[in-house]
Amino acid sequence: MSALLECLRMAFQGLINNKVRSILTMLGIIMGVGAVIAMVGLGQGFSAHMSAEFQSMGTNLLSIMKDRRVTGAWDLTVADAKALEGLPGVQAVAPTYSGSATVLNNQGVESSDTTVNGVTVGYQTARNYKMSIGRFITEEDDDRKKKVAVLGSTTAETLFPNEAYPIGQVVRLNGIPFEVIGVMEEKGGSGFQDPDDVVLIPLGTAQSRLFGASTFRGQYTLSGIDVQATSDKEMSLAEEQIAATLREQHNLATGAEDDFRIMNQAEMIETTTSMLDTLTLFLGAVAAISLVVGGIGIMNIMLVSVTERTREIGLRKAIGAGRGDILLQFLIEAMGLSFTGGLLGIAFGVIVAGFISPQLGVDPVIAPYIMVIAAGFSAMIGIVFGIYPAMRASGLQPVVALRYE
Amino acid sequence: MSNPVIDIQNMTKVYKMEKVEVHALRGVSLQAMPGEMVAIMGPSGSGKSTLMNMLGCLDQPTSGDYYLGGKLVSKLGERGLTQIRRHKIGFVFQSYNLLARTTALANVQLPMVYSGINGKERKDRARRALELVGLGDRMYHQPNELSGGQQQRVAIARALASEPDIILADEPTGNLDSKSGEEIMAIFQRLNRDQGITIVLVTHEADIAQHAARVIHMRDGQVEKDVQVMNRIWAKGSQEAAMGQAGIGVSARGPAWRGQEAAI
Repeated sequence: MSALLECLRMAFQGLINNKVRSILTMLGIIMGVGAVIAMVGLGQGFSAHMSAEFQSMGTNLLSIMKDRRVTGAWDLTVADAKALEGLPGVQAVAPTYSGSATVLNNQGVESSDTTVNGVTVGYQTARNYKMSIGRFITEEDDDRKKKVAVLGSTTAETLFPNEAYPIGQVVRLNGIPFEVIGVMEEKGGSGFQDPDDVVLIPLGTAQSRLFGASTFRGQYTLSGIDVQATSDKEMSLAEEQIAATLREQHNLATGAEDDFRIMNQAEMIETTTSMLDTLTLFLGAVAAISLVVGGIGIMNIMLVSVTERTREIGLRKAIGAGRGDILLQFLIEAMGLSFTGGLLGIAFGVIVAGFISPQLGVDPVIAPYIMVIAAGFSAMIGIVFGIYPAMRASGLQPVVALRYE
Repeated sequence: MSNPVIDIQNMTKVYKMEKVEVHALRGVSLQAMPGEMVAIMGPSGSGKSTLMNMLGCLDQPTSGDYYLGGKLVSKLGERGLTQIRRHKIGFVFQSYNLLARTTALANVQLPMVYSGINGKERKDRARRALELVGLGDRMYHQPNELSGGQQQRVAIARALASEPDIILADEPTGNLDSKSGEEIMAIFQRLNRDQGITIVLVTHEADIAQHAARVIHMRDGQVEKDVQVMNRIWAKGSQEAAMGQAGIGVSARGPAWRGQEAAI
């Protein structure tokens, strides 16, 4: 026991004797662990944030999309949306056609990354948007394929920073002029898609005039259909009704698979978080590679150290150190490097996550178990990459080692 | 009549280089009694260093037997040799080989760390050993704060600390000026005479060898001459009872060296 303590003391003495080298070597591990901690922390922060976001979006929302995993799946069309209207449990139906377009004002100022959605009157209810000024899209706008636009608060801010009342102004979507008829209230929140950075135009206009949507069986296709159920309790009723109606619409034989997906919020949260988890895992893996690189750095420096201290090893052996003593000494040195690096890396990761998170608008979530895993993993890297140099050191013949110049 | 502490029978050592075989030792036999002080002399290439490595259990002979303290050690494996080096042998090297940036006290403790002696006893023993070589006031100095002679004295204290059967010194004065060399020889002579420690030293300087009681001359891997020294040189200071304050010699004869006396 005291021998082990002595080993620890000697190993750390060795590291302290080479401060600059030790720190530089540790840097690899510090960066690696820091990256893992920051990535995972931000990823989990996003997950938590997205869940909260979905919950605030308003309840009773069902999202219907074409199931691309089913071969020969029918596109959702305007006719499908029409068929859903008035079903039991269904309060509002909002077919949408989304696309991306260059959004400019008359001065040529661009609002980049803005989503352009073709929607109908039901969208406002389904998505819980409130008007700040002006009006929302009406049935008439849709029928007559009017070139009118409702702006999200962020978009309005970007395009018309000096206009308190931009109604009547012109936005150009892919060069086509649209008249602004309303600005919506800020919905708040952030994340991947800012719900306030949108331009809403009539569905018909989007399909025929702006995006040139494809048709399916003589009907314009849709990106998806949002449905608001009359209440929480009616959700499953609405889902059943919608499924039955769409199966009929799509001529699906009994027993055939649904060629569409109806997602309620729980499912959407699940989908998003699982996607984010995958992303987190991926980023974590990338960061883990840098940890391995850090480990190789440790191995490198330990090999140099073994060569440099050949005489010392010879001496130690001459005065009674066994193979095990030398092995332990160098292994502990390697572990000391990687473990200390790991601890510093955790601190570094927490700081980095803290710096980046305001830009992303999420709070990083760094669970204690992640830190424990990171610390354990970095100690393990010390063992894995320290074992070879330590074995080299312990295998040196004392005569040869003592004679080494 | 006691048994020899070192007993080598017809030892050979052959180094195989790429094509040639180097016969470093060609049948060496020698004995040393407990409490002897023996010098090994010879020109370079005579095999004296190889013999030293064999004596120190740093290497294994190609053939022949080596009994250390009555125990056959030439057939031991690595583990066994480590045990022998740990408990039976104290080394003193030409270039001191102290750990840098480590205090004298810690350097002296190092062998005892490996033999598993606990912290307090280790420290006490190391202290006594340093006092014995006259460095009681320099225990917390690091090697770079000590002169060559002082460093070599720390190395001797380190060799003493594990209460070995023999102390092997490989050119112990080789890196020192003649005055420091004389001091080192005085310590060896005193340890040998007062503590009864067996000392084997390798040197190529005739006057250093004259400090021993017996000189073995090596040539071409064989013992050329094995002579008792007629007019032995006693280093200045070697006749004094002990270094520093009176009483240290007494304490040095205390528990720390009991094993040594038992061996004699």
